[in-house]
Amino acid sequence: MIERIIVLTLVRGSTYAILASGLALIYGVGRIINLAHTAFLMVGAYGIWFFAVSQGWGLPESVAVTVVGTGLLGVLVYRFLLDRVREHEAAVLLITIALAMATQELVRIVFGSLPRNIPFLISGTTEILGIPIFNQYLVTLGIATLVIILIWLVLSKTRLGIAIRATANDAEVANLLGVSIPRTLMITVGIGTALAAVAGILLAPLEGGLTCYMWISPLMMVLVVIVLGGLGSLKGSFIAAFFVGLVEAIVVTVVPTQGYLSQAFAMLAMVIVLAVRPQGMFGTLFEEEKL
Amino acid sequence: MVRRLLRDFRWGILPIPGRTLAVVFFLSLFILPLITDSKYALVLITMAALYTIFAVSWDLLSGYTGQLNFGHALFFGAGAYGAALLYQYLGWPPAATIPLGALIATGIGVVTCLPALRLRPPYLSLLTLAFPIIVEQIVRSLPKDIAGGNYGIRGIPPLANSPIDSYYICLVVMTISVLIMWKLTDAGSKNIRTGLIFHAIREDEIAARASGIDTIRYKVLAFAIGGFFAGLAGALCAHFRTLASPAYFSIFTSFNAIIWAVFGGIASIYGSVVGVYTLYVLMDYLRLTPLYEYRTLITTVIIILILLFMPEGIAVWIRDKIERECPRCKVSNAAWRHECRACGAPLR
Repeated sequence: MIERIIVLTLVRGSTYAILASGLALIYGVGRIINLAHTAFLMVGAYGIWFFAVSQGWGLPESVAVTVVGTGLLGVLVYRFLLDRVREHEAAVLLITIALAMATQELVRIVFGSLPRNIPFLISGTTEILGIPIFNQYLVTLGIATLVIILIWLVLSKTRLGIAIRATANDAEVANLLGVSIPRTLMITVGIGTALAAVAGILLAPLEGGLTCYMWISPLMMVLVVIVLGGLGSLKGSFIAAFFVGLVEAIVVTVVPTQGYLSQAFAMLAMVIVLAVRPQGMFGTLFEEEKL
Repeated sequence: MVRRLLRDFRWGILPIPGRTLAVVFFLSLFILPLITDSKYALVLITMAALYTIFAVSWDLLSGYTGQLNFGHALFFGAGAYGAALLYQYLGWPPAATIPLGALIATGIGVVTCLPALRLRPPYLSLLTLAFPIIVEQIVRSLPKDIAGGNYGIRGIPPLANSPIDSYYICLVVMTISVLIMWKLTDAGSKNIRTGLIFHAIREDEIAARASGIDTIRYKVLAFAIGGFFAGLAGALCAHFRTLASPAYFSIFTSFNAIIWAVFGGIASIYGSVVGVYTLYVLMDYLRLTPLYEYRTLITTVIIILILLFMPEGIAVWIRDKIERECPRCKVSNAAWRHECRACGAPLR
């Protein structure tokens, strides 16, 4: 039971970490809470189903096409929808909800409302310390670690990463120092949505059936994650992702018949943390934003 | 009295196209049952009236004070369940359960805003998003005989015996509620300060505080008023549909209020009314047509297009087209006048 909880925590937590890092990047740079983020996760999951299962392509090219395609889709959405209403906070929130629901309907119309089953992309099990673990889980963990290291490398070593961090810190000063804010934001949105697609590919075989409503539950969880970690803080999001994964794993293991309660418990944790620390676990509160 | 009303009508309503349209709209709602006796239309417009109260209360709370509440369904569901549980356990009639349900929602509004008061806007939105989801899942997982479980509480007595009676009850309650909320948020009012203060809190809370306004007290007040009217809508809805379902707490109920209010025009009361009576009615009507399958898609595409081309909302956009403010004395004029009706200054 304990080992089951640990494995589930790591697997769930790492997918949430990838998902939350994209959302945190987009929020940090553009101050956009992208409620359509998990709609891109759904696009990624259906993409891998379409290419790898339905069309029978090989795994690497399906993954590449899905991730790059979703990233491009994100850039297009940003360029033609979000960028135009960025001044109106309520309009951004509404347009992203509308986008998510439109994606849901498009998926329902194109792929039907029956759940689509996707087998484990990698078969077999490995024994670690006498516990059999599906290879799929190990690959999920490995890819998640790789992606997290990659994000960290890009953010700390490359010029793009420095531009992203500078914009997140203070967009006006970054602009004065020659960073093109619209370009940085566009690239960030592209990276963020591509990360959502990666999370979708990792999550798809674990969900036990893709439906057009699969974006709602991860959205709730990932919002809890970024709020717990402190909005815009990557480190906080990663830690919070594994915390939420732990909560979900415990609930799913202890009361399997009422697994949906995991959302309620994760949200309860968020309420308690916010009551104690209004800026989240690792968020910073700027002096001028204090109330 | 009658003469004063006539004078108000002649000088306060007729020269301003927006107000004329509003009066015509409400009058046409009142005579609708004389024109049609289709049960579908009556039920549809009754539900639209209830959702109008709901959306306008969101607008009052979130549009005016800037406290974007993503969990307004909490108050709607609290009103509905409050009324339903009062009936289930005490057997009280609708006349008692509906106001009490609304008061329960008010209390819940005050309690939930306490942790929310210290939070910055995005945190507040996400925190409020969490509450109805927690409550929904608790309600769903409770045993069936306590609060109905997954299927909700059924068999609540209906609002009135005939659909027409229900229609008029909801319409009257809606009209009065919207008038009250409109007055409470009227920034130009000389007697009620809440409208001006809500605007001040949204624009710059620190400046409002520096001007000696106890912003905390007014934010609690906004949550209480928003909670009361949303709860009223929920309680009426439970009795009208004779059902209190956990779906009332769902995230889509919250999102719908936001969608209607922002679609019509945020922070403008009348915008939410327009939003519900166009978007909700359209979406429900599409269920009857061959486009049934695509109705959500059509609605979302309309929302996206409206937001792209008129981000202020459709009602505000239309108002700006048919009304023009006099640059000298700030009186609204019809857009087709050449000089101001009050001071005679030329209009552009």
